[in-house]
Amino acid sequence: MQQLEALTREAKALANGELTAPETEVARQLQICNACRYCEGFCAMFPAMTRRLEFGKADIHFLANLCHNCGACLHACQYAPPHEFAVNVPQAMATVRGQTYADYAWPAALGRLYQRNGLTLSVALAAGLALFIWLASDKTGNAKDFYAIFPHNFLVSLFAPVFLFAVLALALGVQRFWQDIGPVTTGAPVTPPAAAEATHDVLRLKYLDGGHGEGCNNEDDAFTLSRRRAHHLTFYGFMLCFAATSVGTLYHYAFGWTAPYALPSLPKLLGVVGGVMLCMGTLGLFRLKLQRHPQHGDAAQKPMDYGFIGLLFLVSASGLALWLLRGHPQMPTALALHLGSVMALFATLPYNKFAHGIFRTAALLRHAVEKRQPNRLGLGAD
Amino acid sequence: MHPDVLVIGGGNAALCAALMAAEAGARVTLLEAAPREWRGGNSGHTRNLRCMHDAPQDVLVDAYPEEEFWQDLLKVTGGITNEHLARLTIRASSTCRDWMRKHGVHFQPPLSGALHVARTNAFFMGGGKALVNAYYRSAEKLGVQIRYEAKVERIEVEDGRFVAAHVHTPEGSERLTANACVLAAGGFESNRDWLREAWGQNERGEWPAENFLIRGTQFNQGTLLKHLLEDHRADRIGDPTQAHMVAIDARAPLYDGGICTRIDCVSLGVVVNRDGQRFYDEGEDFWPKRYAIWGRLVAQQPGQIAYSIIDSKAVGRFMPPVFPGVQANTMPELAQKLGLPAETFMQTLENYNAACREGTFDHTTLDDCHTEGVSPAKTHWARPIDTGPFYGYAVRPGVTFTYLGLKTDDTAAVRFGDVPSANLFVAGEMMAGNVLGKGYTAGVGMSIGTAFGRIAGTNAAKAAKTTMEAQHAAA
Repeated sequence: MQQLEALTREAKALANGELTAPETEVARQLQICNACRYCEGFCAMFPAMTRRLEFGKADIHFLANLCHNCGACLHACQYAPPHEFAVNVPQAMATVRGQTYADYAWPAALGRLYQRNGLTLSVALAAGLALFIWLASDKTGNAKDFYAIFPHNFLVSLFAPVFLFAVLALALGVQRFWQDIGPVTTGAPVTPPAAAEATHDVLRLKYLDGGHGEGCNNEDDAFTLSRRRAHHLTFYGFMLCFAATSVGTLYHYAFGWTAPYALPSLPKLLGVVGGVMLCMGTLGLFRLKLQRHPQHGDAAQKPMDYGFIGLLFLVSASGLALWLLRGHPQMPTALALHLGSVMALFATLPYNKFAHGIFRTAALLRHAVEKRQPNRLGLGAD
Repeated sequence: MHPDVLVIGGGNAALCAALMAAEAGARVTLLEAAPREWRGGNSGHTRNLRCMHDAPQDVLVDAYPEEEFWQDLLKVTGGITNEHLARLTIRASSTCRDWMRKHGVHFQPPLSGALHVARTNAFFMGGGKALVNAYYRSAEKLGVQIRYEAKVERIEVEDGRFVAAHVHTPEGSERLTANACVLAAGGFESNRDWLREAWGQNERGEWPAENFLIRGTQFNQGTLLKHLLEDHRADRIGDPTQAHMVAIDARAPLYDGGICTRIDCVSLGVVVNRDGQRFYDEGEDFWPKRYAIWGRLVAQQPGQIAYSIIDSKAVGRFMPPVFPGVQANTMPELAQKLGLPAETFMQTLENYNAACREGTFDHTTLDDCHTEGVSPAKTHWARPIDTGPFYGYAVRPGVTFTYLGLKTDDTAAVRFGDVPSANLFVAGEMMAGNVLGKGYTAGVGMSIGTAFGRIAGTNAAKAAKTTMEAQHAAA
């Protein structure tokens, strides 16, 4: 009953543009941070905060997605628990961030897939695997040629709609986010220098460097670059795999060169290097997350995080296995595993952790725009 | 295990001493009275280090030569300082930062709201707690034994030499001997009984210190300071009522309110006492040069409370306070909400408003907006308080740290009957009064703690070595 009342209250708050409980907590903490400001050197969030005296809903959504959950401000905070002010910015921000992924998801009804994201990913994976195992079950093709098992056009007809839907859903979701945060970040249009800076900050993961280049925090107050590196391996591994698929598609349709490609070929090189990087990156992120300080982030989102990392690992590991099992009687199994996990990943892209990259990029871009505009506050004194 | 050097305390000065002693090859044990999550004493609340420099240095712009630093110190202390030790601190501040960086401290240029100190102060990235964390990590790497919740209530001193400390931990009590010892356990600001006694009763029959708030740690009880001064008759320095005192939000917690409880709008409005009367020139000088006198000014007011009053013209021009101000659309309403006598309050405000001679308001310079014919005058930034809504912030004295301490010299030795101890040293707040007789200037506490912490650590390691060699020779 109490839970229902709380939910009703939250729904009302949402409808009225009032702050939800997690948003109120962010506003409370930022009031303290804004009076202190010791953490300004760590990341983009704090300088963005200092341009504000009050924190409305859109400000909070913007700032929550600027936060990279690096942990530096928690360990440096004189007001962190057990202090009665109980300031834990990474945690408060993470909670709101999770809420924004769900709130801005398109279609809105599917936003609730974030609430039990571990379950969402498990069901998606099970469905993907079942689909391809079933499809492969009556095929007795050549173990060297996976198009003998699944013809190329058939795969395209399955994956293309799912992938395009994911792209559309993410685009519509982030568009709504962009519309909300635009006016509270001066409303100024994106300029090339701002875009260049945001691109740099995204691709280099600037805000996991701690502001001093020694990295962010993981299990304690010591700085480490391992999180940044593991994320880079994951991100660039993923992009290389994606590039491998894109080049393969180009070869297929533009040149009529069909897979499988030999090792020195471009799709193969990209795929193998990307696959290995993605495997290493996700293993690294998994290990780091296990060791993560318990006060970092929102514990309720761990299933989403682990699920996404696990899914990416499965995609890369099964892809590599597929290559190594070429000609082996188990190749069709590996193929079903790979395609099933890729399908699960694509289908859940707008409803899993993948969204963090999209929303954070948007927030960084708005920050790069805002910081170039004059500050309307003229705080005179320290 | 019997360490070469025992460091009592766990803040900046203690850590500097422990690191220097460990670097010199000594086996070091550091005893921190607080549990791990509250470690670091008041250093966790600090933000920067006042640094002398003759030319631009990484995060420091222009130059801040020794003489200028000295003059600043002379001015704020009103001459109650030891020039030799002050200059030693100043010179040390120009060379310590590479060493600090080596132990993991990061500096950053000052950002919003603190640009005026870009020349004189080097800011710690993440503030003092980040510095404290870095030093603890470095100390652990160097093999310093760190014990938390280890309270030292008394030490044994024989003929001016440190012999042993009596340590109380949750596990029990023990007697810990060492060849040398550094005392860096802070002032007595957290000891409210001692503060009450030191400030005594005023002419109104009040015990002013009962209304003080403590901006920092609750663990600086001054136990060892009292023990050294009273039981061992160590040479003393300083007045027990002198301290770094700021006017802070009256709603701040009793301990550890730190930086965010400051109220920075004093120079933009007026300040009245409980009786609704002004009592000091709010616009005497730039706020960063005046904030440290207001704690004492408020302590002298009835009830040890005052009210900083601003109107809407000031909003957005000062660092946002941690708690929202009391807001009202009219001045009488504000008086009522703040519980001030409306008639006197309105009279004060009307007199002030009528006395304002408005020129060109500029909060970044000592502008020409001033009052005429009102006492006390407001000499800069005086504009009528006439644009609602109006805001009021109740302020109380917030003690950062006390200046009563142990007298020392350039070796950081504790002195008994004007004779320096061969193996007992002191650093940080426990001796800051040698340099700071009164007043304060931002970042100088860390300059003193770092300079004397490092000297004490070096000399303690040397003393421990000498003791060991003497023991070997005897054996």
